[in-house]
Amino acid sequence: MGYITIDGVKTPINDKKNLLEVIRESGVDLPTFCYNSELSVYGACRMCIVEIEGRGLQAACSTPPEDGMVVKINTPATMRIRRMALELLLSNHHGNCQTCDKNMHCRLQELADRLGVKTVRFEESRELLPVETTNQSIVRDPNKCILCGDCVRMCKEIQGIGVLDFAGRGSNVQVTPAFGKELKEVECVFCGQCASVCPTGALTIKNKVDEVWKAIHNPDKMVVVQIAPAVRAAIALEYGITDGEHAMSKTVTALRRIGFDKVYDTSFTADLCTVEEATEFLGRVAEGKRLPHFTSCCPAWVKLCEQLYPNYLNNLSTCKSPQQMFGSLVKKLLSERHNIDRKNIYLVSVMPCTAKKFEAERPEFSVDGNPDVDAVLSSQELIRMIDQSGVKLTELPLDSLDLPFGFKTGAGIIFGASGGVAEAVLRLAAAKDETDNQIIEFKEVRGLEGVKEASVNLDGTTIKLAVISGLANVQRVMDKLQKGEVYYDIIEVMACRGGCIGGGGQPLPNDMAAREIRKDVLYNCDAMQPLHNAANNPYVKEAYATLLQKPNSAVAHKLLHTSYHSRRRITGEQVQLSRTESKKKLCVAVCVGTNCYLKGSYDTLQKLSALAQEAGLADRLDFKATFCFERCKKSPNVKVGETIHGEVTPDTAETFFRETVIPALEGRETVATEA
Amino acid sequence: MVPTKTAMDIGSRARHFDKIQSIIEEYGATESALIPILQKVQAEYRYLPEEILTFVATALQLPPATVYGVATFYAQFSLEPKGKYVVRVCDGTACHVRKNAALIAALKKRLGLADGETTTEDMRFTLEIVSCIGACALAPAIVIDGKVHGQMTAEKAIKALDELEAAEKEEK
Ligand code: SF4
Ligand code: SF4
Ligand code: FES
Ligand code: FES
Repeated sequence: MGYITIDGVKTPINDKKNLLEVIRESGVDLPTFCYNSELSVYGACRMCIVEIEGRGLQAACSTPPEDGMVVKINTPATMRIRRMALELLLSNHHGNCQTCDKNMHCRLQELADRLGVKTVRFEESRELLPVETTNQSIVRDPNKCILCGDCVRMCKEIQGIGVLDFAGRGSNVQVTPAFGKELKEVECVFCGQCASVCPTGALTIKNKVDEVWKAIHNPDKMVVVQIAPAVRAAIALEYGITDGEHAMSKTVTALRRIGFDKVYDTSFTADLCTVEEATEFLGRVAEGKRLPHFTSCCPAWVKLCEQLYPNYLNNLSTCKSPQQMFGSLVKKLLSERHNIDRKNIYLVSVMPCTAKKFEAERPEFSVDGNPDVDAVLSSQELIRMIDQSGVKLTELPLDSLDLPFGFKTGAGIIFGASGGVAEAVLRLAAAKDETDNQIIEFKEVRGLEGVKEASVNLDGTTIKLAVISGLANVQRVMDKLQKGEVYYDIIEVMACRGGCIGGGGQPLPNDMAAREIRKDVLYNCDAMQPLHNAANNPYVKEAYATLLQKPNSAVAHKLLHTSYHSRRRITGEQVQLSRTESKKKLCVAVCVGTNCYLKGSYDTLQKLSALAQEAGLADRLDFKATFCFERCKKSPNVKVGETIHGEVTPDTAETFFRETVIPALEGRETVATEA
Repeated sequence: MVPTKTAMDIGSRARHFDKIQSIIEEYGATESALIPILQKVQAEYRYLPEEILTFVATALQLPPATVYGVATFYAQFSLEPKGKYVVRVCDGTACHVRKNAALIAALKKRLGLADGETTTEDMRFTLEIVSCIGACALAPAIVIDGKVHGQMTAEKAIKALDELEAAEKEEK
């Protein structure tokens, strides 16, 4: 153990990984932009500059602490450099602060104020770039980017995707998706973790608050809201309320004052989801089919699976997520019970999540063009809306949620934390009978760890399960699974580390420390409920008795289940392989998208074109390489004329050429001569 | 969008696509081979087409954004199709004060380039205005196909292009 002298104070190193951490531990909040303790060190912003005796000026974030170091934090040189760096950033920053989404929550504002920057001596030099607002989840304003790279490292290191990266050089450097495309054109899953770490207004959550106000002000609309499990934990932490039940009660009062007609709990459909999913899973175990079973409540994971793991789409639970089950079931029931057109029910959901905004707009989740969920607000937007209304949440009296869709068991609440879905399903499966309502705790699956494993004995069968959060962790486990190095019967996946308590829609800071507190809030809420097994929720039972018949029945399938399809990762053009395009030629397009490529489609392409040469048909065929037909399950895919053929492997290419390509060519010519 | 004609004068695309795969095989499908692979691709096509970069990203199992980042970082790479011959007109201070504007106008006229256009229809010439090339003593200077020509006048520049075209015809 060693010591460092910081401004004359002897400070223990205590295993801190860099000098910056030692300094912060000693009670000095050394400013930083590009440092995030949960990501790798980048060392570019120069805010953390200090003077080290014998070594001169150094960036504290990238300096390993050494015993005996003598460090000065505020010297004329360090202060000048910090200010200068900040001024340079400000000169390149489109600072329309008052109207910026991050106003009052921006690190650039905060540090400019703290360091006392009053004038900017450099002129604004960059031309304004367009702001990207075309996806449902995230707004990207490159003019506010300070190039700290936090989002780049978040997406690459923690989510394992790498949607954003630095591009260009010199004064034209930008952080952007590939080829300057928009997020919706690339493999972004809209988890929002990048926006959670962006220190400025460059990446923010798409704001729907105004739309919701509009619905509230519309006298024809019945405006209903569902609140997701993890939101109560966010509200508790944000407003300094110790328990989640209290936080929820006050939120109910606030939402009623704002003008919502009904306030419900998404935990209700989390219970319903547990019943449906446990039935589905146990059925698969009995049949030994479609295992491992993957949970599907996280839309970011679902989108990733659609892009990367088409072969596992059949293994995803067909259950809609609790948000979408709520939308589909409750809109139907309310319109029947109150005898109003479903178009006049406006359903808002409050979610910890930005990907839920994307999910709500998936075309399959609507009836005759009317969406099951009309607007998704993140926890951040809920807090904004409460602020806008002027209501002082902490001073409000308590109120209770509306019945029946406000009633839940503790199992529904823990859905908001990683391990919660697995535990809810296990509780149900392990319960002896209806009256058994103890909390059966599955401690192994709780906590913020990225990969958790457990084995559970259910009536003599051993169930192996894995609980994963963070998409880089997911990809690591998927690799092993595909190689046959591991096996599980059920895998719970959440895109965000720690689960939805750390969702991209949660208030800032959204770091692991905040997630730890939110997690405890949820498990405490669970402990406070009278019921802990989802199957015992009386209103879930009522829903089965009056409408759904029994778990996984035909009606349940129609209302509560869905299907998935493969999705391309990036938009793009075909690569034209032959010299000219001609109407007379037959087009043979071979997919070289990721999934097909990995299955050898490139060799298929080579084989087919060699066969064409041999047969002397090269000039009558038009070879193309394309990216993803969104039929990746059947990869490698080849499109001949207008028809896509699956599973054309290098081995079957010859048969395929003989039996499909040549007849297609002949068929085409017959048609052509006849016409 | 990138016109399909770009690769026409350099032969059939099927062969070129084939080359990409063999380039990747030559250097190995690893992240460290990215730059050499891009250099080869650039040499082959004279630019880095988006689809090819996506293909390289797929083969190397890298995010397309990473490949795009590398491709835009180095000045030697171009994401725009370029003509067979690149003509660079220096616009450094020394050349600028020696009235290179007339020179640029004459070159544009000779190549039939409208405002905003940099590459000729037939993909033979690309005209680029660049910052100081370090030949200030020779101002105004231009670089044609990698060779520096000093003390340029409109007439001399056009003559140089004519000669280049004549030489090309002879080769054929
Ligand atoms: S939303 Fe998620 S996937 Fe998309 S860029 Fe941000 S971190 Fe990456
Ligand atoms: S883990 Fe939860 S918050 Fe994060 S993307 Fe998935 S559903 Fe949304
Ligand atoms: S925090 Fe150390 S250089 Fe940015
Ligand atoms: S990669 Fe999706 S169809 Fe080929």
